[in-house]
Amino acid sequence: MIRIDAVTKRYPDGTVAVDRLSLEIPDRAITVLVGPSGCGKTTTLRMINRMVEPSEGSILLDGQDIRQQPVNTLRRSMGYVIQNAGLFQHRTILDNIATVPRLLGWSKQKARERAAELMERVGLDTALAKRYPYQLSGGQQQRVGVARALAADPPVLLMDEPFSAVDPIVRKGLQDELLRIQDELGKTIVFVTHDIDEAIKLGTMVAVLRTGGRLAQFAPPAELLSAPADPFVEDFLGADRGIRRLSFFPSAELELQTAPVVAIDAGAEKLASRGAAPYLLVTDVDGRPLGWGAPDDLTAGEIDRDRLLPYGRPFVPGTDSLRTALDGAVLSPTGWAVAVDGEGRAVGVVSQQVIGEAVRAAHTAGRPDAKAAR
Amino acid sequence: MNVLHFVNAFFSDSAHWHGYDGIPYRVVEHLQYSLEALAFAAAIGLPVGLVTGHYGRGGNVLALIATAARALPTFGLLVLLVTWLSFSTGLVMIPLVVLAIPPILVTTYEAVRSVDPSPVDAARGMGMPESRVLFQVELPVALPLILSGLRSAAIQIVSTATIAAYVSLGGLGRYIIDGLYQKNYEKVVGGATLVAGMALATLLVFWAVSRIVVSPGVRRSS
Repeated sequence: MIRIDAVTKRYPDGTVAVDRLSLEIPDRAITVLVGPSGCGKTTTLRMINRMVEPSEGSILLDGQDIRQQPVNTLRRSMGYVIQNAGLFQHRTILDNIATVPRLLGWSKQKARERAAELMERVGLDTALAKRYPYQLSGGQQQRVGVARALAADPPVLLMDEPFSAVDPIVRKGLQDELLRIQDELGKTIVFVTHDIDEAIKLGTMVAVLRTGGRLAQFAPPAELLSAPADPFVEDFLGADRGIRRLSFFPSAELELQTAPVVAIDAGAEKLASRGAAPYLLVTDVDGRPLGWGAPDDLTAGEIDRDRLLPYGRPFVPGTDSLRTALDGAVLSPTGWAVAVDGEGRAVGVVSQQVIGEAVRAAHTAGRPDAKAAR
Repeated sequence: MNVLHFVNAFFSDSAHWHGYDGIPYRVVEHLQYSLEALAFAAAIGLPVGLVTGHYGRGGNVLALIATAARALPTFGLLVLLVTWLSFSTGLVMIPLVVLAIPPILVTTYEAVRSVDPSPVDAARGMGMPESRVLFQVELPVALPLILSGLRSAAIQIVSTATIAAYVSLGGLGRYIIDGLYQKNYEKVVGGATLVAGMALATLLVFWAVSRIVVSPGVRRSS
């Protein structure tokens, strides 16, 4: 465990970047430091690998003061990922990733084998191994940055705004990839960002810092959303806290109705028998949703695909959260959300009322399932 | 009587190809002065430029020294040294080295200082010792610019080494100075052509060296 103990960083000109900060960073989890610029989050991160030395206080790694080992030994035991990746442009992708193993004295061949393994782990095509950084996109470069940090299998990973320089779609991909890698490797990750949504998405624990380097709140993201410590945190979290908190509740327990789901080739008789529902979800012969239709229109004869109402965005029960389910219901003109399986086949529908009840139940139950819904 | 005629006459005279005053001998002599001067200048300029560039300090002092050195008249310095200290082959080195240090020193400093700071930060954060940060991260990226500094120094040396002849130290300048004295324009043009050819050859050598030592990742991205 990394323990930050009453650490202060004061610069010669009197500026205080971090002010008596204490944090206990849990093992094998992602701890996000978030806050507006000038809140000392990057300084805090850089004090963990001694790129910045604290003016007061101490940082303990597994109970031992980090100043007790040689600085480069400490740094080699911590992966370091920075904004814009910071790749060495004169080295191939493979040799970039092999940097720390080479520093640790591994043979060139062993280091390269390890680097190739990591390329696959972070979702990079090994055909890129012999390329140079300038030949890669920003997102690919950042993956190389992550692979390079993981190369020597360090227990700790320090990430300083690693995804803030790429476009939102690439960023989402990188975030999902990080969560997947973390599920596999279970590193102790300290992640700095100014983006509260990123913090909520990635963090097991989130430390919100305020300008002047003071800790405002340190809590799991769902707790942050439901109970912000003060107006600063509340303001920093922004709008839609309630809706966003639903991301932490699973959709698996929603009771699905299968009766209103009919295949397009079901035949008029079968359609008539479902007449009780206000709308029917018509699927193709493979079970993939096509759209909503009123029973009267459907029984009239041949189903006109163009006249079906759009069905919004479907959710996958068990994988998606209550938020996605609610979003699907709100987007659907009928007020019903469509549930699909992993292959996109409709498995049932659920009404806004049922989702609303689940939301109320989640509130009374209090503690959200932290693992849901990422 | 045009220049080409002089050139033709100079190079086709077989007497110019043999002996103490022959072209091969003078070319080797000239090359020797130039290489020695470049080696001395690089031995001073490169380390100072690398270290100051790495720490990003001393830029103002360097600029001052460089401007002062550039203002020194090379020819005047040579004559002064010769009258002051009497002849020796080493003497011609001093003005040439003084001439070559500023471009090497200043470009090396600038080249290292302007390396993108993020890979350097990443290297330090990964636990790379300072010397490796300089030689394995900064130097390879700064190399094209450093080589361009060395190249302009080399070309200046090659063209200026002609003044060695003025104080009876040989080199290709011999032809030019003797030719002017003897009103033998064939010799003047021939000598000047050789110096120009050597300057071009220097360019070519630097181009070839940079093809070999600069990483394709740096060459293509800059």
